[in-house]
Amino acid sequence: MPSVPVPADDAPSADRRLVLDAVVVGAAVAAFGVAFGVAAASAGMPPWLAVLSSVVVFAGASQFAFVAVAATADPITGAVSGILLNLRIIGFSLALAPRLGATTLPGRLLDGYLITDESAAIAFEGPPAATRHRLRVAGASVGIFWVAATALGAYGGDLLGDVRAYGLDVAFPAAFVALLAPALRRPGGLRLALTGGIIALLALQVVPTGPAVLLAGLAVLPALRTPEESA
Amino acid sequence: MNPLTGPGAWAGIALLALATLAFKLVGPLAAGRVTLPPRLARAAQLLPTALIAGLVATQTFDAGVDDAKVAGVLAAVVAVALRAPFALVVLVGAVTAAGLRAAGVA
Repeated sequence: MPSVPVPADDAPSADRRLVLDAVVVGAAVAAFGVAFGVAAASAGMPPWLAVLSSVVVFAGASQFAFVAVAATADPITGAVSGILLNLRIIGFSLALAPRLGATTLPGRLLDGYLITDESAAIAFEGPPAATRHRLRVAGASVGIFWVAATALGAYGGDLLGDVRAYGLDVAFPAAFVALLAPALRRPGGLRLALTGGIIALLALQVVPTGPAVLLAGLAVLPALRTPEESA
Repeated sequence: MNPLTGPGAWAGIALLALATLAFKLVGPLAAGRVTLPPRLARAAQLLPTALIAGLVATQTFDAGVDDAKVAGVLAAVVAVALRAPFALVVLVGAVTAAGLRAAGVA
């Protein structure tokens, strides 16, 4: 393209800050990736499949949910749990779209693939004209850290043997507790989480794990009837 | 057979991957021509909290009541309340359970 306007903030210093932000976020994602790899391997997923899922799915919480639910239920219920978790990505994707503007089809496919919770947050931070550049730098960093950390956790975790002795069976619920943290700090978040947890526990008395998790989603219904409350 | 190996697991991951990619591509491919109905957008935004809480509950009690595991999850909750970063929360949970098991308490 002949005349791409260079955004004012796209000076070398802004670029250096962007790379630093991308690496910091990538390192945080790496901690999650190692935990996912270890948990997946200890649940019986072949390490190569855990790594492949990090490449093709590239949405951490849903991969965690897939392994947790599939291990105790079946892979399709596991996939449905992950898909419901990922519905939120539609929101980020649609919100980013007007800032991304026009580009080639392969470019748009790349932009979409690189959308994660973390890369979208970084992309939104800068001026609108820098959105695509920021999304790609952050997305590439998150992706590289995520896949490498999954491999480290999956192949390393496979060597550990009895995972209960290390308390690694607690990694699943503990990781989900950690994932809840930002939501719990939002108004109404604690009540929503408690409702979901209680529904799942009650459901667990009569149905298997997979459906019990899906039923927890019903907790959003009261919030939908009172649209004035903030999320 | 472990449900995380073989064609069943591959199919599950393929399904999750395709749906997720479709969600990610909605924006870039529609390029601003599509918006989500507000109620659906809100549901999509709130669902993760409810589902992840459901995952905490089911993963904690999936094998009945295991005292060491419950203690580990409670320790993780305390770590979150103290604003510990992700890795520390998981570590605190695992170390608590491992410690109680090694001590033969639970």
